[in-house]
Amino acid sequence: MAAGVATWLPFARAAAVGWLPLAQQPLPPAPEVKASRGDEVLVVNVSGRRFETWKNTLDRYPDTLLGSSEKEFFYDAESGEYFFDRDPDMFRHVLNFYRTGRLHCPRQECIQAFDEELAFYGLVPELVGDCCLEEYRDRKKENAERLAEDEEAEQAGEGPALPAGSSLRQRLWRAFENPHTSTAALVFYYVTGFFIAVSVIANVVETIPCRSSARRPTREQPCGDRFPMAFFCMDTACVLIFTGEYLLRLFAAPSRCRFLRSVMSLIDVVAILPYYIGLFVPKNDDVSGAFVTLRVFRVFRIFKFSRHSQGLRILGYTLKSCASELGFLLFSLTMAIIIFATVMFYAEKGTSKTNFTSIPAAFWYTIVTMTTLGYGDMVPSTIAGKIFGSICSLSGVLVIALPVPVIVSNFSRIYHQNQRADKRRAQQKVRLARIRLAKSGTTNAFLQYKQNGGLEDSGSGEGQALCVRSRSAFEQQHHHLLHCLEKTTCHEFTDELTFSEALGAVSLGGRTSRSTSVSSQPMGPGSLLSSCCPRRAKRRAIRLANSTASVSRGSMQELDTLAGLRRSPAPQSRSSLNAKPHDSLDLNCDSPDFVAAIISIPTPPVNTPDESQPSSPGGGGSGGRSNTTLRNSSLGTPCLLPETVKISSL
Amino acid sequence: MGAVMGTFSSLQTKQRRPSKDKIEDELEMTMVCHRPEGLEQLEAQTNFTKRELQVLYRGFKNECPSGVVNEETFKQIYAQFFPHGGDFLPKLQGLSKWVSLHPPSPHLPLYFADASTYAHYLFNAFDTTQTGSVKFEDFVSALSILLRGTVHEKLRWTFNLYDINKDGYINKEEMMDIVKAIYDMMGKYTYPVLKEDTPRQHVDVFFQKMDKNKDGIVTLDEFLESCQEDDNIMKSLQLFQNVM
Repeated sequence: MAAGVATWLPFARAAAVGWLPLAQQPLPPAPEVKASRGDEVLVVNVSGRRFETWKNTLDRYPDTLLGSSEKEFFYDAESGEYFFDRDPDMFRHVLNFYRTGRLHCPRQECIQAFDEELAFYGLVPELVGDCCLEEYRDRKKENAERLAEDEEAEQAGEGPALPAGSSLRQRLWRAFENPHTSTAALVFYYVTGFFIAVSVIANVVETIPCRSSARRPTREQPCGDRFPMAFFCMDTACVLIFTGEYLLRLFAAPSRCRFLRSVMSLIDVVAILPYYIGLFVPKNDDVSGAFVTLRVFRVFRIFKFSRHSQGLRILGYTLKSCASELGFLLFSLTMAIIIFATVMFYAEKGTSKTNFTSIPAAFWYTIVTMTTLGYGDMVPSTIAGKIFGSICSLSGVLVIALPVPVIVSNFSRIYHQNQRADKRRAQQKVRLARIRLAKSGTTNAFLQYKQNGGLEDSGSGEGQALCVRSRSAFEQQHHHLLHCLEKTTCHEFTDELTFSEALGAVSLGGRTSRSTSVSSQPMGPGSLLSSCCPRRAKRRAIRLANSTASVSRGSMQELDTLAGLRRSPAPQSRSSLNAKPHDSLDLNCDSPDFVAAIISIPTPPVNTPDESQPSSPGGGGSGGRSNTTLRNSSLGTPCLLPETVKISSL
Repeated sequence: MGAVMGTFSSLQTKQRRPSKDKIEDELEMTMVCHRPEGLEQLEAQTNFTKRELQVLYRGFKNECPSGVVNEETFKQIYAQFFPHGGDFLPKLQGLSKWVSLHPPSPHLPLYFADASTYAHYLFNAFDTTQTGSVKFEDFVSALSILLRGTVHEKLRWTFNLYDINKDGYINKEEMMDIVKAIYDMMGKYTYPVLKEDTPRQHVDVFFQKMDKNKDGIVTLDEFLESCQEDDNIMKSLQLFQNVM
């Protein structure tokens, strides 16, 4: 329904009285209206600022948050008001929309913040009134451009790490598109650039007249004719490189059809084609004329530089974006040229020996005059001709000067945008690193918490509990979640230091263990792992392979390093977790993490098998010891406790 | 000439400027707005009280003002809870919340874990109608089962989660995917060092336990039976009862 119609409904229904005489069938009975409470004033509390409005005002737009029953989710029964934890300044605009039916865009606020508020209150951006619509759209477009550039730069510039299984094609293409991703790509990039330059310079130098040797002092030849072989070789080399590059790009392109149609590939083809055509064309006089023309196309090689130069691209982009202004310029110039050429022709017609032989001949004069070049090869001689000639040059200045500022301002805008984008890209890495650092704060908090023995039983850890910094309910729950994940996977979160140490230890262990025979202690390796995943340890004990022995030796080294790093936290019982006080916490979308924690539970927890299978094969002495230690501890055995026991036993 | 140059650059810069149509598309997308059913109905359908529903909705609405969560947003939200949650760096506006809660410590940045695969499976489990978006009702009904449901319902939901292709059976490949996704969430820096076949062994252990008739697939009944036999699982199902 259109805006605000609801208030007019009683009027429309009353007007239906006019149909009554005409009705041929009995009209339907009226719907029952529940006793309306009459209009009441609602209080909307937005971050402390109270707004009061009639309920009817809000009901005008039933498909928004405030107009529908959705606002009941925000109703605070105690205070009798609707509480929203949002920006009160922006809310003013939203409420005014209900009152006036027009949504105005605040000038000094960030457009994205405004958008978010609109999205929250269920208002569509189209509702922005005409007075503010243009500005809103412009700002939004600018913002979107900037963000799109950002993302594009991130993807293109950073380059997501290619999956290990990426084919040669993908790697090649990536190397072509982003030369700075690998050294080989960079080298290729510079080499092609060099050869483009060489080819262009050779083309130019070819035509310079060389002073010939003493043999023919009178004749001057262009260098191309004097050293045909040298230039031919250079040309061949360049064309070979370009052909190779083109074929490689064709091979690597993800979509060959699209690549073939793209402009850069067309340039490439045009750059190398004349050479091949020249090879196959026989040296007749009539054909070689055409062949010479073909050589002109070699100059297109200079456009290959646009892959290498961003400035060129910006220029091209500017010209493209100003296409309409350029078109207007061209059109108006053409009009003016035709008009003035005609006039000049007829003005000079009478003179004898005049240059203005025809109107097209007069075009040349007009163009030269309008652009204020004034070569002087064609000049009017009659008075009328001179008068019109001066009018022509004056108007030329005007016509050309008008569209130019538009183009200039466009170029300036795009250029600045580009500068900004480059700067942003440069700072992006720093920004990202800082963001990562900020985010790593959480898990580091978790690790620190573990190190401080925070996971101890509340009973035994009274002394240490004091030094554990008090955590908010959110942190407690979050740490519990991470802890559950650790228990599920039998691995713990560590930081880079510990990890690299452990890694180094593993490799050490691997090397030394090959000499030791497996028979030394069959249960040893198995029981080492029993701490973490006892069932798996038993299975390893069953199949005593050399590899597992070496690995488990390695893990013993790990344990050595680790035991040094931390003390073993006392076992933590599941029941104690429940006993933790659960304050009512403001769940945001935190709920999914509890879901996940529950999900992970059904996978068998660490200690079950030991307790349920005391008579496991290969239990032996040490296995039994592991059993008892585990049984002694209550449910949630951390991975470390038995290991310390094991080390002593070995 | 200018046109020629222009066409080069346009193809080079790969649509630097979004065309007008794209902006309009984006505007269209924001019009997709979903409003949940009334508070009373939701209260009747789920096991939550009005107050709890209000709290849940406020949080939901904060993250997803349009009223539906799509998979991307879901992954982003979920990833925030795990060590850096993989390649998803939250947009800055979401991050400021983090930075305020947890001031950066001078520790080294940790390697990013990848919670996105698991979030994908979770999303599919939430999205019961397979529409590609989760509305508040779906969200709340799933939560109701998980937090306030009976043991049977919870286990059933979990079975549904594990059954990736929703065919009613869990086979080893599905379990492998799930377990790998869980291990991915741990990230690279774990103790002990994560080995290549750790997930597979975990899956073998799981199957040994769950697959009663050793036919390589786990049916709902086998799953329910095995879980109910396991005391630990039963006990831990109570863990998150008092979450809210």
